[in-house]
Amino acid sequence: MDPITLSRWQFGLTTVYHFLFVPLTLGLSWFVAYFQSRYYQTRDEEYRKMTKFWGKLFLINFAIGVVTGIVQEFQFGMNWSEYSRYVGDIFGAPLAVEALLAFFMESTFLGVWVFGEGKVPEKVHHAAIWLAAIGSNLSALWILLANGWMQHPVGYVINEANGRAELVDFFALVTNPKGWLFFWHTIAAGLTTASFLIIGVSAYHIIRKQNVTFFKRSFQAGAIVGLVASTLVFFGGHTNGQYMFETQPMKFSSIEAHWETSQPADFSIITIGDLSGKREVWSWRMPNVLSFLACNNFDCEVKGVNQLQAEYEAQYGAGDYIPLMVVTYWTFRFMMSVGFLMMLLAFLFLLALRGNYENAKWMKWVPWVIVLPYIANMSGWILTEMGRQPWIVQGLLKVQDAISPNLTTVDLLISLIGYVAVYGTLAGAMVYLMRKYAIAGPDAAMHESVDVAPARVGADD
Amino acid sequence: MSYEFLQILWFILIAVLWIGFHFLEGFDFGVGMLLPFIGKKDEERRAIINSIGSVWDGNEVWLLTAGGATFAAFPHWYATMFSGFYLALFLLLVGLIIRGVAFEYRSKDASPKWRNTFDWMIAIGSLLASVLLGAAFANLARGVPIDENMMFTGNLFTLLNPYGLLGGVTTTAIFLLHGANFLGLKLEGELRERVNTAAKKIWVVTTVLYVVLGIFTYVAGFWARGVVNPGFVPVAAVAVLLATGYFLNNKMEGWAFIMTSLNIVLTQVTFFSMTFPNVMISSTNPAYSLTITNASSSQYTLTVMSIVALIFVPIVLVYQGWTYYMFRERIKNDKKSLVY
Repeated sequence: MDPITLSRWQFGLTTVYHFLFVPLTLGLSWFVAYFQSRYYQTRDEEYRKMTKFWGKLFLINFAIGVVTGIVQEFQFGMNWSEYSRYVGDIFGAPLAVEALLAFFMESTFLGVWVFGEGKVPEKVHHAAIWLAAIGSNLSALWILLANGWMQHPVGYVINEANGRAELVDFFALVTNPKGWLFFWHTIAAGLTTASFLIIGVSAYHIIRKQNVTFFKRSFQAGAIVGLVASTLVFFGGHTNGQYMFETQPMKFSSIEAHWETSQPADFSIITIGDLSGKREVWSWRMPNVLSFLACNNFDCEVKGVNQLQAEYEAQYGAGDYIPLMVVTYWTFRFMMSVGFLMMLLAFLFLLALRGNYENAKWMKWVPWVIVLPYIANMSGWILTEMGRQPWIVQGLLKVQDAISPNLTTVDLLISLIGYVAVYGTLAGAMVYLMRKYAIAGPDAAMHESVDVAPARVGADD
Repeated sequence: MSYEFLQILWFILIAVLWIGFHFLEGFDFGVGMLLPFIGKKDEERRAIINSIGSVWDGNEVWLLTAGGATFAAFPHWYATMFSGFYLALFLLLVGLIIRGVAFEYRSKDASPKWRNTFDWMIAIGSLLASVLLGAAFANLARGVPIDENMMFTGNLFTLLNPYGLLGGVTTTAIFLLHGANFLGLKLEGELRERVNTAAKKIWVVTTVLYVVLGIFTYVAGFWARGVVNPGFVPVAAVAVLLATGYFLNNKMEGWAFIMTSLNIVLTQVTFFSMTFPNVMISSTNPAYSLTITNASSSQYTLTVMSIVALIFVPIVLVYQGWTYYMFRERIKNDKKSLVY
């Protein structure tokens, strides 16, 4: 395997792994902050338990999200040094701002919240969890503005003298619609992820008649937020799609396996490609729908992948500008279908709240809904990154020109295998703890840690 | 603000971020390495971890901010250093990862085996990070092979030279001493006695290593290759290190901690003034060195980032300092008040 393939796998795996934990952190932080506020307003002990219980799951998840985030910040320089040289003048800024504005806020105030109960004034403790939640979500904004710039570069010029891209309009960078659309979509997806975790865990306990009041209250919060958030994800995604049609037409058309330009364009429900992923064998299509998705109008023209390829060759020189369609096409369909399913389920859960749902037979299947947002989150992230290929920065720099030239296959094999081993082990510990605390219920979470009998740990004498 | 002024400003700002990181996370790393040796019983170990529990994550952000600031202000420095020190940084990241997760996870299961494993992950992670940071900085002072295209031409073994290794070991010793001094301030009773005894022993080793490193630096000519002569700064660094021993022997823990803090600050000041205006010295040919001029971002980016930094750095300093004030009490060695 050549260094570029290994570097791409490493970036892909570490990023996807990191993003397994991020949405839950983003979404659950608001729930925990809300429950904390409810407790301080009502002094209802049940809310204190809710804060502690969901807060415990939040922290177990947060720990891995945070440490794997460090890798992300270092990886641009480590594996993609030519990228860093070429766009560092622009791309470094949001990363530095993210650390300065968001990471400090998130980590400092989370520490105050976790360790401060009973030690710091109540108002400070209360404010700390909100500041931590805001800090987390603010970090998402800055990294998505950075990613938005890679998808749709704005506010820059190419400096011919030193051969790199340079920032000329910081305001354009921070108001890039691409970044803000990603932010909206991601924040809502985070809330959906948290809602479905809460719904699933609550259902598990409700059917076992454990802490029913506690979990019915949680279930209700999950269902309400779940419906609102998954709907926002949908509208965010739809707007995102239309902006993609304008700014990244190749990604848009490859998502739809839309080979030839047509007006109006039909939407592919299922397309079977050949093994190369570059040719269509058979498809089932809905007339005019793709035009609507692209521009809210049933008759607009949607350019096909083949025409775009020809245009790109004319503009950027010879090369393959078509993303791996089997990935873009199917990840989009996973994301969409699971997204719709979650909207539908959240709506049904909300309706069920009016009846005697705690005894319903279907409740035993509900814990499985926890996996749904993860499928959608992964698919969406892979789609947006793979859909940009072969570009690392759309229209400016290709992935193959971005890699660190000094790295050898051996270097990359060591790091790739190392990350997989470490990440895999930690994922095991994380799933074990999440499951343990989720099943143990709120009473276990009231203790800060499970106490060991007076045993000595690791001491020989 | 002129371009030259901005480049100097950002060099100083990044130096400040590294100083902050070494000073703060230095004692975190020290505490982590001391954990399995000072803490014999489970609640002792918990007391030790709780002494940094509320702050270690915030301390680590200094590293992230230093990395981000280097990326934004000196992209070539970021690109050459991070790709050049690839495997060393990979190991540093592994150290930071296992250590960070272990803080959160170690007390969430009752099994002694589970806890012991995570305690050692904290210790080994902290050790890895300390050694590698020290080795990286020593190599930056020594110079590394960089060609005319700002490309690092060595590998991991290039960094494992005697000076680099000595830098790694000495940094680890300083962090151990700094961590022991911090624990002396935060713990009570028998644990406090134990850590003070350890600090005195660590002090002897640290002082010897530090003086040897200083002489090596001077004799090998890694001294003042830029335009600034650090002059009396390293002398002061040795003086405060000697004073640490005095304060340790007189049970003045607060002063001992201030002295190791000063030593770390002065060491970093020496390092950055020794290299200025270079940011990465080329051992291949001094003309290939990365400097604040040829590695920097555009004037526009530096201006924007300066405005952001001038607003937010003071705010961060205030609230982070304030959390230390809020959690200033000693850690009670009873289970009820422990969190992790």
